[in-house]
Amino acid sequence: MSMLVGLWEPFATFGFMRRALVASITLGMGAGPVGVLLQLRRMSLIGDAMSHAILPGAAIGFLAAGGLSLTAMGLGGIAAGLGVALLAGLVSRRTHLAEDASFASFYLTSLALGVLIVSARGSNIDLLHVLFGTILAIDGPALYLMAGITTLSLFLLSFIWRPLVMECVDPGFMRMTGSRGALYHMVFLFLVVINLVAGFEALGTLMSVGMMMVPAATARLWTRRLVPMMALSATVGMLAGYTGLLVSYHFRLAAGPCIILTCSAAYLFSLLASPAGIRAGGGSSPFRSH
Amino acid sequence: MSHGAIGLDDAGVVLNGTPVWQHVTGSFAPGSMTAIAGANGAGKSTLLRAILGEVPLSAGRITLGGLRAQDFGYLPQARIIDRAFPISVTDMVLGGAWRQTGAFGAASRAVRQRAADALCRVGLEKQAGRMIDALSAGQFQRLLFARLLMTDATVIMLDEPFTALDAPTTQDLLALVREWHAQGRTIIAVLHDMHQIRTCFPHVVLLSGGQAIWGETARILTPGTLQRAYDTPQATPWAGGPA
Repeated sequence: MSMLVGLWEPFATFGFMRRALVASITLGMGAGPVGVLLQLRRMSLIGDAMSHAILPGAAIGFLAAGGLSLTAMGLGGIAAGLGVALLAGLVSRRTHLAEDASFASFYLTSLALGVLIVSARGSNIDLLHVLFGTILAIDGPALYLMAGITTLSLFLLSFIWRPLVMECVDPGFMRMTGSRGALYHMVFLFLVVINLVAGFEALGTLMSVGMMMVPAATARLWTRRLVPMMALSATVGMLAGYTGLLVSYHFRLAAGPCIILTCSAAYLFSLLASPAGIRAGGGSSPFRSH
Repeated sequence: MSHGAIGLDDAGVVLNGTPVWQHVTGSFAPGSMTAIAGANGAGKSTLLRAILGEVPLSAGRITLGGLRAQDFGYLPQARIIDRAFPISVTDMVLGGAWRQTGAFGAASRAVRQRAADALCRVGLEKQAGRMIDALSAGQFQRLLFARLLMTDATVIMLDEPFTALDAPTTQDLLALVREWHAQGRTIIAVLHDMHQIRTCFPHVVLLSGGQAIWGETARILTPGTLQRAYDTPQATPWAGGPA
């Protein structure tokens, strides 16, 4: 009985645990589907790069607000992330460098710049908070912002669903038939940036991408259908939020890493147990029916 | 809709500092059926992309005769499409009519019926529920043609539509292209098979040495022009041609 009580008691007793739970469920719901599309577009590393790219903007927001403020840091992060995305896109169109190569150059610059800005004016504790987040210190306004971002994200995904999917599977078709493929690409990168921004007060700029990529990789091992894959990715993220918070509470461990490591545990389990995991032996997918 | 010809006026393209083709002048009349031929690297696909505004011109201009971007249908080379993407055959075809779909990609009964008809037309009705990675190369090309049917485009651009296909698939899809031509649509296709061009395409653009030779197929595809275009002593028509 006491074990069962341990499953809900921390959330019933402590407001900060309830807010952390709502935050991680919200993050999982928004970031999961976006992560699936990011992986299917073979842009996993661009998600990682983007999470670093938002750092200088977040750092400037941090300084402007005089501390951890999701609104100020979020706006700064969105501006910096979109700026880097535009610059990387521009460089890849004007030079022979591929988009991922230009992203790599810009995000490392951004990371260094962000760390420089925070460390010049803030303390090491501030730097740790910006890099790794403080999910147990989420307040009401931050929750509203996260919920707003998740709502906007799911709304945008549904609204541009078919052109976005078509742009993922065959970018040439969309571009060549006057379908403003570049616009959908930018909207998609915008979704990536806002979901990373939603995650960084909770998980920090370095780990928020974990909530996007690891559940998505897990979901891909269980299904070959896009919509179930996105739903499963969101579910894995949300459950990992709940489980990670419980583990962190009962074993007195840092909450953010516990959540991401729970996602990783689900991924490892899926690697071992899923039909497309290690047992499949690589090569063609076991889901293929020919 | 009525529209004018697609015209190139002294157009040129430079990619990465290297001229692809220069001083190209000519036009694709409404309802015409034109093949684009030339050796690898001659800039055949670049010509399609330039017409669609995807490649900037270094000189000259291209006029579209009042056509809008959505009047164009495009069939890309199959190899550049991510065939591992988890999407069903039906959803891929519905992608051709994405403008008529709503939130979450919901399609009306009429649009779904059009998609079913398109799949039936290319002989893929039994594969409608399968994922695209379960299709053979020939079936996948049929699928791309079905998606093109959904766009209901006035101008249809095909980039190597019959490469690596068996004879029955090629014949089926070629019949569909002829049907589009008979309906008055403008067809522009990048092709390698000279026999196919001679028998099915009344007009040709032969890209050779950075220039374009433009006109009626029988007049343009002579042993001399082919030898210069492909830089080979073999001047007779070949099937399959250089890949």
